[in-house]
Amino acid sequence: MNKPENRLATFLGLRKEAIANIFPFISRLSQNGNEENVLHPFRVILNKEISDHVRSWRFIILILLISLTCLGSIYTALANFSKAAGPNDPDGAFFFLKLFTITDGTLPSFVVFISFLGPLLGISLGFDAVNSEYNHRTLSRILSQPIYRDYLLNAKFLAALTVISVMFFALGFLVMGFGLVTIGIPPTVEEFLRILTFVALSILYVAFWLNLSILFSVQFRQPATSALSGIAVWIFFSIFYGMIVNLITRPFAPSEMAGEHQVIAFESFKLGLLRVMPNQLFSEATTTLLMPSVRSLGPLSMEQVYGTIPGPLSFGQSLLLVWPQVTGLLAATLLCFALSYFSFMRREIRSR
Amino acid sequence: MAENIIELVDLTKKYGSFKAVNQLNLAIRESEIFGLLGPNGAGKSTTILMMLGLTDPTSGSVTVCGINPTNNPIEVKRRVGYLPEDVGFYYNRTGAENLIYTAQLNGFSEKLARQSAEQLLARVGLTEATGKKTGKYSRGMLQRLGLADVLIKNPEVIILDEPTLGIDPTGVREFLDLIVALSREEGITVLFSSHDLHHVQQVCDRVGLFVGGKLLAEGDIQSLSRKLFAKSPYIIEVKLSEKEEEKADGELKFTTARLQEVLRNIKGVNEVTKVNDLFEIGCSSDDTVEIARVLVDAGIGIYHLNKKEYGLADIYYRYFEGGIGHE
Repeated sequence: MNKPENRLATFLGLRKEAIANIFPFISRLSQNGNEENVLHPFRVILNKEISDHVRSWRFIILILLISLTCLGSIYTALANFSKAAGPNDPDGAFFFLKLFTITDGTLPSFVVFISFLGPLLGISLGFDAVNSEYNHRTLSRILSQPIYRDYLLNAKFLAALTVISVMFFALGFLVMGFGLVTIGIPPTVEEFLRILTFVALSILYVAFWLNLSILFSVQFRQPATSALSGIAVWIFFSIFYGMIVNLITRPFAPSEMAGEHQVIAFESFKLGLLRVMPNQLFSEATTTLLMPSVRSLGPLSMEQVYGTIPGPLSFGQSLLLVWPQVTGLLAATLLCFALSYFSFMRREIRSR
Repeated sequence: MAENIIELVDLTKKYGSFKAVNQLNLAIRESEIFGLLGPNGAGKSTTILMMLGLTDPTSGSVTVCGINPTNNPIEVKRRVGYLPEDVGFYYNRTGAENLIYTAQLNGFSEKLARQSAEQLLARVGLTEATGKKTGKYSRGMLQRLGLADVLIKNPEVIILDEPTLGIDPTGVREFLDLIVALSREEGITVLFSSHDLHHVQQVCDRVGLFVGGKLLAEGDIQSLSRKLFAKSPYIIEVKLSEKEEEKADGELKFTTARLQEVLRNIKGVNEVTKVNDLFEIGCSSDDTVEIARVLVDAGIGIYHLNKKEYGLADIYYRYFEGGIGHE
């Protein structure tokens, strides 16, 4: 009934197997191919979750919304393209990247759209991940199948992430394609890499919100409560958090007579508080990646700036600059995931 | 054959200070149909959850198919099919798709899954609803699909939690027949929880009575009634012809005293009571034949003679009156 390696499989071994099955090309390398197309249970759940997403009205609506806004932002970018590259612009060499960042002020740029709609996308794909299984009474039936309990949680997350990744890469390439056709200048390798990194970063950003909403879906039985909590966190971070930080830091603001170091210390403190929110991390990271002339994300003293020649950073240096931000986003994502994992794994699964 | 396939030893589950399951000892033999009977909140579902490793026992141990489900739930779930109370399916998928999904989770290839799903849907009488989304299924259909879902992994044991809840009487009848047929044909052990004694009585080989997290009694229905009604386990109902009554006594009345007098020589007879126009004779052994002979010898005509079996209902009420009385 069991393959011996299955029986012997240790924790690590099983996870390896699961990973191999997430990516079919790896598993194809490791399998000897004599079995008749038996999918690993994890793949089965993943496939089902992905097809659920793709078939759902929710996803169709979201994709329409996001495509429309992106088309709008490309349109404004292209319309203003000729004015964008001034003669003294340090980013002038990175013509192609401007496609993602410029705007005439009527419609936000592509980057702003993504940072605004990303949370919405993440929240709406995850808010009913676990509690809908509960409410449709399928959870106890699925968990009485011979699968590890975390398969369900992992598959839910990975399915939504796959769908989002495909969508974002498609959008990114679409914007590039439009740009290529319209302006006729191909992107350099560096620009291409920067754009890919930007897309990957956007996916990471959405993954954070996705995990947060999955956490809420584990915690709250009602999907409405969970969705609302997700949206509340999003609104809190995008509107109120900045105000609160201002409120907190105002008493500590240095006087006009204060020295440079004091001002810098204060600004760093304020920035540190702001960097608790994922939006801040994301916007810092994307600006650096898409505007190579950005050299620092914090305040710089006159000493440090003295003698610098305004010029773009290389891709590697930009990446190095945003590495803390990326790590922060990743950590926040993992934290949410760990919390939902923790609360889901030992929970008693009743049919109602 | 009498191997114990499920064994519970001193099983206890506490929620805070509330003991949902209290020091439970139970053994279920291979290929029998066992009924867990008890009122709502008696701890039936909790016990089942512990058998599947869906919740951890506070103390005590569970063994299913020789495996401990608390430590190794996957192996147990491979062999045990579980139909939860009030089962649900993905409403936007068809019945067949739902079954194929379950089959694939159990390591079936897609082709095999499709075949088994079709066979099972035919077996439970849902062939026509194969392509229908389960959101449009009726309660009875869902329950039958649930049974197919449980069977698709070729289980050794199936555990059905309140499977007859919310189905109409004919539906229940069909469903129970299906369970019995399956159990007999495939030799599957069935554990079946219910609060409805008639359903349990219809199909179960043995019954466990559950109240307040404790198993009060277990055994087949005969032995249960023997245990319970220790003094007079047999009751024989007699209706005597009125004409004969008249003749025998010279009056219209035929009293219990008179009947007792007639039957005094039969050892087993303990008591005679009159219920409406029937006499109930409580015996400690099966004296039906003897009673009939004595009555006929005494020249008393018999209209009706019936050995009354204690049904589960009597057992149930007797126990639960007691159970509630103790609290």
